[in-house]
Amino acid sequence: MPAAEAVFRQDFPVKGGDFAHAGAVACRIKELLKDLGLDAATVRRAAIAAYEAEMNVIMYAWEGRMDLAVSPDEVHITVDDRGPGIADVELAMTEGYSTATREMRELGFGAGMGLPNIKRNSDILHIDSRTGEGTRLKIVIRRNGHGAS
Amino acid sequence: MIVLKDVLALLEGELITPATSPEAAFRKVFASDLMSDVLTAAEPGSLLLTGLANGHVVCTCSVADLAGVVFVQGKRPAADVIGQALAKNLPLIVTKMTMFEACSRMAGLVEDGGHARR
Repeated sequence: MPAAEAVFRQDFPVKGGDFAHAGAVACRIKELLKDLGLDAATVRRAAIAAYEAEMNVIMYAWEGRMDLAVSPDEVHITVDDRGPGIADVELAMTEGYSTATREMRELGFGAGMGLPNIKRNSDILHIDSRTGEGTRLKIVIRRNGHGAS
Repeated sequence: MIVLKDVLALLEGELITPATSPEAAFRKVFASDLMSDVLTAAEPGSLLLTGLANGHVVCTCSVADLAGVVFVQGKRPAADVIGQALAKNLPLIVTKMTMFEACSRMAGLVEDGGHARR
């Protein structure tokens, strides 16, 4: 989203392996969107997509950043991480496919639903991943009652 | 709607967040140890039954707008997790029942079998 179109913008660091603070960014994004007056359904979709994306950085990457940009019509969440990347994006989008460790599963995650659930809760999802370098997710959620359906 | 005080009676449960209201009500029930499944399929306003007792449960409920949690098999979250739930006004219940028994009893409270399919 061009800076001129965003009415609100903030970015957040995410540290790989930091399970103790997992969800902190998603919860903050949810609070911000509620404070901005977005409708509950849009806030929930954005929060779920953000949480899944945050967990992916924590579980698989070394570090990352999440950028939240809100315009009158859309919510954009862009996630950039430095990490191993996704070797086969199509396979990673398959529900149930996972490379999670036992530790991740014991925390209730790593069931192979992360990327599919981000897609389910977004109107547009772009994934650009380079093996050995990292991954960029661009998530776009149209606000209820705004823009094209 | 399913009222918290009825859940406590049915599951012989203990409300470990006493500051939350016993009159709190839930629209649906969802049971899972997988937070990914909760994020995927649970409806807003649901009561979650789970055997997972860490802070991710509270965070997941907050993100997905769930309205309460029952921890089965006597699993009790740590004090900091209870504190997080209180801060979010999320009622937490502990029952000694297994997931199966708790779900079986809850099914009797819920008219549509607990969780409507999308």
